[in-house]
Amino acid sequence: MTLRGRVWKFGDNINTDIIIPFRFKSRTNDPYEMAKYCMYGLDPDFHEKIQKGDIMVAGRNFGGGSSREQAPVAIKYCGIAAVVSESFARIFYRNGFAIGLPVMEVPKITKEVEQGEEMEVDLDTWSVKVLRTNKVFEAKKVPEFLANLMKIGGLVEYYKKYQQFPWQTMK
Amino acid sequence: MLSPSQILKDESLTFAEKAISLKTVDGKKLHRVEDIAVVNVDLAMAQDSTGPLAIRVLQDMGINRLWDPKRILIVIDHTYPAADEKVANLHALMRDFSFQHGCVLVEGSISHQHILEEYATPGLMIFGADSHTCQAGCVGAFATGIGSTEIAAVWATGQIWIRVPDSVRINLVGKLQKGVFARDIISHFIGMVGEDGGNYRALEWKGTAVKNLSLSSRACISNSSMECGAKIAVFEPDVLTRQYLSAVRRKPGYEIHAGRIAKYTDEFEIDLDKLEPIVAAPDNVDNVKNIREVEGTPIDQAFVGSSTNGRLEDLQVAAKILKGRKVNPRTRCIITPASRRIYEEAINSGLVDIFLQAGAVFTNATCGACVGTHLGVLGTNEVCISSSTRNYIGRMGSTSAKIYLASPATVAASAIRGEIADPRRYLR
Repeated sequence: MTLRGRVWKFGDNINTDIIIPFRFKSRTNDPYEMAKYCMYGLDPDFHEKIQKGDIMVAGRNFGGGSSREQAPVAIKYCGIAAVVSESFARIFYRNGFAIGLPVMEVPKITKEVEQGEEMEVDLDTWSVKVLRTNKVFEAKKVPEFLANLMKIGGLVEYYKKYQQFPWQTMK
Repeated sequence: MLSPSQILKDESLTFAEKAISLKTVDGKKLHRVEDIAVVNVDLAMAQDSTGPLAIRVLQDMGINRLWDPKRILIVIDHTYPAADEKVANLHALMRDFSFQHGCVLVEGSISHQHILEEYATPGLMIFGADSHTCQAGCVGAFATGIGSTEIAAVWATGQIWIRVPDSVRINLVGKLQKGVFARDIISHFIGMVGEDGGNYRALEWKGTAVKNLSLSSRACISNSSMECGAKIAVFEPDVLTRQYLSAVRRKPGYEIHAGRIAKYTDEFEIDLDKLEPIVAAPDNVDNVKNIREVEGTPIDQAFVGSSTNGRLEDLQVAAKILKGRKVNPRTRCIITPASRRIYEEAINSGLVDIFLQAGAVFTNATCGACVGTHLGVLGTNEVCISSSTRNYIGRMGSTSAKIYLASPATVAASAIRGEIADPRRYLR
């Protein structure tokens, strides 16, 4: 399963207050409404600039701070297909798998891609490719149950399909 | 099957390895760093900014039955009481859900403080849809934050996966000097390691100075340890923990002490004798400065409150500084207790009289100002000094506002001066 899209590049420490401020996310339960405030802390019009399938690339510690799942939800529902970052804060990373927003940790990736160019994210090999240079970068491996969960599209889809959660069959 | 005492006595295990091994669903083997374990959860909490989404997720999954409603806490604290119609409707959703399933509904106390006052015991496995859930580590619980969808899954099954974290040991030595508090310790530490310096890790707070730290001070440190990404932040139970549990008549759980030959990824020592008041300058929690570097910065608002520093001892030190003095006319000072109990204690012990006479505003318990939702939202280009959790862009309101984080003492001293001030000048 390969996703291809245009790159939106960000720096280090993009925290969840930047991704969606509390006062917006705490007043709705509608993911499309949340999407209108995606990246509000840096660019209130960001959601209007996205083409469906675009990919975010960021530096260290993406998604730090609050546990707010509205952060990955806002990113997913404004049309971003995946987030590739040099590292993720732990709760954001978990939330990515839980809601089915592909999150891949690729060291030093910001040095390899440029704003606006095309890249691919491969959920089978758990790697990314920069089309201009044809270079492939392996993402940090995740346990099989998480890779599988991501391909299925998150916990809601998984539960609908199997009527249980992935860890209920783990030993 | 491994017996709990076998696990508790194993000298090679860290706190996290023991806590997780004690709660795994099969109970057959020890879990060590990097293992993925499935654990039985003792308490599962969500609040009014994560709960509504969790409720929707359960509906999307078609789940109608919950694992154990008495161990599911639904807390309305972030925008309490509702600041507008949209919030009120989400609160109504939470109340309906709680009544329908028989969950424990809590209104008007910050979840982490409520858990400390009513539930936290050593060894308890707590998951909360709020990053600061790790606060309960101050009594030796394993407590950590997750998101809405995962808490929904815990509500359904009582179980969740967890990766066993590597651990970091921090030795606190020496004695805090006048005007220097727990908040300064943790801010100093975050400055040392950076805002992702504890990411995925378990922090074990130890050392000879711990015995002199009150439970509230430990709670501040455990809570704020999240700001460097920590999964859990624990103080092993000691005499003070036992005294507290016995005073509130709560049955102690597993008293977990890390083994003597347990392995740590990193070790730090902080000499409290040398520590001075610390301020985290905008817009990151690890942008820490000695008070001298930022003294004199004009401020529009001074806020004492939040789960990090809204406990009685925080209000007491603020009152000590504000007593007989006035808040600077160019500054507003807002004081928010962390729970209903603290709210009541502040009124009964006369602290509120002092605040009101000084010209401060005393509010009900809520996360309000800390998350910029009500009762202290910042406007364009405003500057705030705050004892709350984070100083990120837009955290307390306008994205152009600037937030300095400090101890309640530093905040109170700054409220009087109308600019960032050293609390040591105001404490005799």
